[in-house]
Amino acid sequence: MQAFLDIFDIYLLEAVINGILLGGVLALLALGLNLIFGVIDVTWICYAELVMIGMYAMYFLVQYYGISYFIAAPLTILLVAALGALLHFLVIAPLLTAPPINQLLATGGVLFVLQSFATVAFGIDFRNLGIRLPVLAFGDMNFSYARLLSFLAALVGMVAVYLFMTRTFTGTAIRAISQDRQIMALMGVDTKRIYLITSAIGGGLAGLAACLLVLQYDVHPFVGLSFGPITFLICVLGGLGNFIGGFIAAFVFAEIISLGGLFSDLEWGYVLAFAFFIVMMFIRPAGLLARRR
Amino acid sequence: MTGRGRLAAWGIGLAALIALPFVYRDPYHLHILVLILIWSFAYTSWSMMGRFGLVSLGHGGFMGIGAYVTALLWNHLGVSPWIGIPVGMVAAGVLALIVGYPCFRFRITGHYFVLVTLALSGIVLQVITATRDYTGGSLGYTPNRASGNKLLALQFDDKTSWYLIALGVWLVGIVVWHLIDRSMSRYALEAISEDEDAAAAAGVDVTAEKLKITLISAVMTALAGAIYCQYQMFITPDTVSGIAVSLQMVFAAIVGGLFVSLGPTVGAVITILLTETLRIGFGTKAVGWDNLVYGVLLVLFIIFLPKGILGSLLDRLKSQRKVPRAHEQKAVQIARPGT
Repeated sequence: MQAFLDIFDIYLLEAVINGILLGGVLALLALGLNLIFGVIDVTWICYAELVMIGMYAMYFLVQYYGISYFIAAPLTILLVAALGALLHFLVIAPLLTAPPINQLLATGGVLFVLQSFATVAFGIDFRNLGIRLPVLAFGDMNFSYARLLSFLAALVGMVAVYLFMTRTFTGTAIRAISQDRQIMALMGVDTKRIYLITSAIGGGLAGLAACLLVLQYDVHPFVGLSFGPITFLICVLGGLGNFIGGFIAAFVFAEIISLGGLFSDLEWGYVLAFAFFIVMMFIRPAGLLARRR
Repeated sequence: MTGRGRLAAWGIGLAALIALPFVYRDPYHLHILVLILIWSFAYTSWSMMGRFGLVSLGHGGFMGIGAYVTALLWNHLGVSPWIGIPVGMVAAGVLALIVGYPCFRFRITGHYFVLVTLALSGIVLQVITATRDYTGGSLGYTPNRASGNKLLALQFDDKTSWYLIALGVWLVGIVVWHLIDRSMSRYALEAISEDEDAAAAAGVDVTAEKLKITLISAVMTALAGAIYCQYQMFITPDTVSGIAVSLQMVFAAIVGGLFVSLGPTVGAVITILLTETLRIGFGTKAVGWDNLVYGVLLVLFIIFLPKGILGSLLDRLKSQRKVPRAHEQKAVQIARPGT
């Protein structure tokens, strides 16, 4: 093992593995967004802000009310799921027949609302949970335990969604609607109900992501802007609505950021990732896994 | 309103605007007016694309390039803004072409276009932050005070000069809007926004038309950024670049009205007055409230009043007036297909 490690640059390997761990969280974020897009055909620009609200919920539940992390997490997931359903009911539902750009911009308005709500209600201080998980040392490499946990939870979340989508009646209906919006209403599926359920699941996934991210990052009202754009790009790179594509794209992006950050500043990692995205859009406009037209 | 009457109204309004700083000298109010004019210009530039369904969230990037290129050239190389601003505009234009050409060539539209441009403004923001040795990163950047000729450095201490400059720039924006409004490109772009394939089949060069409008819009936005930088003498990545600025442009343009020439200006007036009123009324407690109100308004407007305040107002006025004659009816229909 040690001989194997000696061959590679130890930092390179560490960056690669950290990239994979980061990819898990990004994949989870992208999953919720992809679900919403695939089924309702709407891009929630404010998705990352829902995560931000979830992170605040975790912070307050754990820090102020002293609830254990593992009880606070399901509560947060439920709360953000309810927010997702509410968002759909109040903002998206009245705009379902409007041009898609209008829906996107309306959720942009919600982004402003959530961000400034957090500013007004919680102030602009950086807050953290106060839970410091140990760092896992393996050979000469260090991995954050929180990242490993997020990676595993993200995997579990994704498998759960996959099982729900393939094994339950509602999940089947959701998949059917994403294939043909009009015809499913004629087949006796209540599309409004399915949309609401999908929004709630999407919100729930945002809540799950929030529970995991709050372990690694401080929460402040603008935290959404730091990972929101990257989430959209991942979804687009994977092909909007394409779950497997989004999954792969998340890891590709995470590796670029992680390796780019290794050789230079973290910002350059992001720059590289964004530039890679734009180039990929020209090579494969419909996503990584799409067949060429 | 007849053509001559409209021209007269514009003339009188303009004369009043030019005369204003010589009659009324309150520096705070002039400052607000300058800000309104500069941002109106930026919003007008954005809606040149936005009105044709080319919703871009990359304009924060163009604005940032205009501002930072001008300021960096001045501080590091001592290049006058008179040269720096055109350089910044060219840089923004080149970037617009680099991103725009493949976008339009490969038919990236709708959501995808929005998200590609979002990536663009993300890149610009990250590059500005990453090159913090030169740009000061997220702490912001201040162009050096000119020691010699103020005119050469495009730095003025009095509000009146700035008011007149901003007014001139804003007027250029409105004129360009009207020129486009009268041109064949406008009909081509409206056809494209309705149905790209049909437009292409009718002989419209889709890629070229879209590129043209994107180039104009990006270059003008860069100019707005540069002027803003010269006026405020302090820029941060968050105030001139990035996604928040892009969304702010979208918001103001939609609230005012995307489809009429003065719509973005009305949007700027409303948003800036709202911010200032809240700031004065509530002081530091108001942090965040302005955006809260913005956000709620944006959602309400998109749901109930997608044409914006001025657009809806003009529509109402138009429908109250006499029934248009046959050829006018036709013209109106072409102008507002399916809205």
